[in-house]
Amino acid sequence: MSAIDVREITKKFGDFTAVDAISFDVAHGEIFGLLGPNGAGKSTLIRMLTTLLRPTSGTAVVGGFDVVTQANEVRRTIGVIPQALTSDLDLTVEENLLIYAKLYGVPRERRKTLIRELLEAVELSQWADKPVKFLSGGMRRRVEIARGLVHEPRILFLDEPTTGLDPVSRTSVWEMLRAIKAQHDLTVLLTTHYMDEADRLCDRVAIVDHGHLLALDSPIKLKAATPGENTLDASFVDAPADWHQRLEALPGVESVEGEGAVYRLVSNSGPQTTTALLRVAAEAGVTVQSLGVQSTTLDDVFVHYTGHELRDQLQEPSAMDRSVMLRRRAGQ
Amino acid sequence: MERMWAIVERDLRRFRRSPTLIVVSLIFPIVQLVILGYAFGGQVKHLKVGLVDQDGHVPAVRLQELGNAITANAKTFTFEPYHDQGTALTALRNGKINGVLTIPPGFSRRLLSGDAPRVALIEDNTDNFVAATLASTFSGMMRAYDPSGPNTRRLSAQPTLDVVEVYPYVPYIQYLLPGSIVMSIFMMVMIGGGIIFIDDKARGLHEGYLVTPITRFELILGFNISGAIKAILAGTVLMLIGSLIAGIPNPYDPLRLLRLFVVISISSIALVSMMFLFMVRMDDPLVPRAIFGVLNTLLFFPSGAVYPQQAFPGWMRAIAVADPFTYAVHALKSLLLKNTGFAAIAGDLTYLVVFSALTMTAATFLFKREL
Repeated sequence: MSAIDVREITKKFGDFTAVDAISFDVAHGEIFGLLGPNGAGKSTLIRMLTTLLRPTSGTAVVGGFDVVTQANEVRRTIGVIPQALTSDLDLTVEENLLIYAKLYGVPRERRKTLIRELLEAVELSQWADKPVKFLSGGMRRRVEIARGLVHEPRILFLDEPTTGLDPVSRTSVWEMLRAIKAQHDLTVLLTTHYMDEADRLCDRVAIVDHGHLLALDSPIKLKAATPGENTLDASFVDAPADWHQRLEALPGVESVEGEGAVYRLVSNSGPQTTTALLRVAAEAGVTVQSLGVQSTTLDDVFVHYTGHELRDQLQEPSAMDRSVMLRRRAGQ
Repeated sequence: MERMWAIVERDLRRFRRSPTLIVVSLIFPIVQLVILGYAFGGQVKHLKVGLVDQDGHVPAVRLQELGNAITANAKTFTFEPYHDQGTALTALRNGKINGVLTIPPGFSRRLLSGDAPRVALIEDNTDNFVAATLASTFSGMMRAYDPSGPNTRRLSAQPTLDVVEVYPYVPYIQYLLPGSIVMSIFMMVMIGGGIIFIDDKARGLHEGYLVTPITRFELILGFNISGAIKAILAGTVLMLIGSLIAGIPNPYDPLRLLRLFVVISISSIALVSMMFLFMVRMDDPLVPRAIFGVLNTLLFFPSGAVYPQQAFPGWMRAIAVADPFTYAVHALKSLLLKNTGFAAIAGDLTYLVVFSALTMTAATFLFKREL
């Protein structure tokens, strides 16, 4: 049985359809990524799966329980790390975990060892008695990951776990997630708008935009299936005078730039062009000094499916934004 | 129920780390108690009254002497003599004096012939308090005026009223203290309860606990209990400090303190559950700040904390009937100013308990378990 089974799930806010009849399932033990730009419907989808929003239609079964009719059973089964940093800033790291252990009804004798283990896993043991407000963004995120695991859930949901973190913190969050997953037999569903995050962390990726599921496969297969251009950067020793023309004649080549020793080729088939290039060079007695092939990235996959890279649009400022402004004005 | 206590524990641990909150919730009611208490509490004194004596005979002079006696003792007013009424009235209009007392020509003649003599008081009635003070002072003076001279016993068939005061004199600041205690409870409920609740919500903190298997009744009850504990603390501290400031006689009588604590506790629960009913569907962190002042005025002033409700127009008395402040203030007044037992305030406590139960039930039903 799959850990998460989503069938034709739809969420409408008035006339606006945030999630439109999306279906997928997540296998037990998988790290599953929902990739999409801001406003694609990722958060709405994850909120329906974590019982925070009621679907307009369709069904979702999480850990064997229906998210609408068995919401409390779902809540006991899952750990959720929301998008906003939601730790209590005035409480210590340990107190944050303790309160949530109590909210989840973790037995008293289990709490202590579990919290200690979790703090070790997220490498925060030495900060256990520090109020969260003194912690950096990356550390706070790790507190929340530990908090999401405090009742030993079988399925973990993370909504944009590394948004707003610096590259070092992001990498450490990824490593931690992999390590925890290896130890705890977890299924993980996360949303992200970072291509590299989806690429490096996820077993399978679903590309979502405008509330629709556009593609779903492993990152490697998604990239392989995307037609796209490869760029070859090469430099040569002893290139003959007509080298430019010979490069243009290679299979798959669309354009050639450069002269003398250094060239950039744009090809519609990287592997084919590369193989031919090496053969032609060997035949002509030209030494290939350097060769770099840039392959298809998830960015290319994403652009291929969504038809755009970035979307500029106005949005209603959230209540949170207003409260942040207010706090700044109050000088807090 | 362990989940509910987790909500309470979380809130109180946070509270312990933000000591400014308790200071903030006490400072306003204390300042208000002292300033309002002394601003409205005192007798009106040192008024200036122009005196125009158009009579000039002995009975008129005796009347002036009676006035000078008041000047010497109560210091309510001093006479400033004017020769003609026109100059005196100009001075009144220019604000140099607060009133003009005119003794008309023929005052003495009419007095001696037993022909109901009259004295005119012209007053600046733009200030009600000053006008009322002058009118009552001079009415009293005229009643005390004995036309037959100091050596004759005055015989009068007019019935008089003897006033018996049941309690010792209550200065206004003591009259105000119950309102200030309720105000400190309200401040804590709003700042420590409502505003923090909405800010947490706006920051997305509530998403964290909504994904746990807690029920909405446990959530609402937890918020109410922790809010009430904070408010009881604020109310109790203000009661202890305020009793000293206002000079309540024998302020720390243990039995009365116990009764006061019960009233403060029940009032805190009532106000906190009312506040959560207001906040349960609110998202915008500006709204509680905006309605704070409105609620404060709407609940505090009609409650009878600063002025007797009998003086209010009908619509305001209607607000007062529903206002939980009314019952809290009445109960605290009974205990602080009259030192009564529970029998005198049973009605107040009953209203507050029923009010709490209704608002808390409504808040639980209105609370959205989902986003």
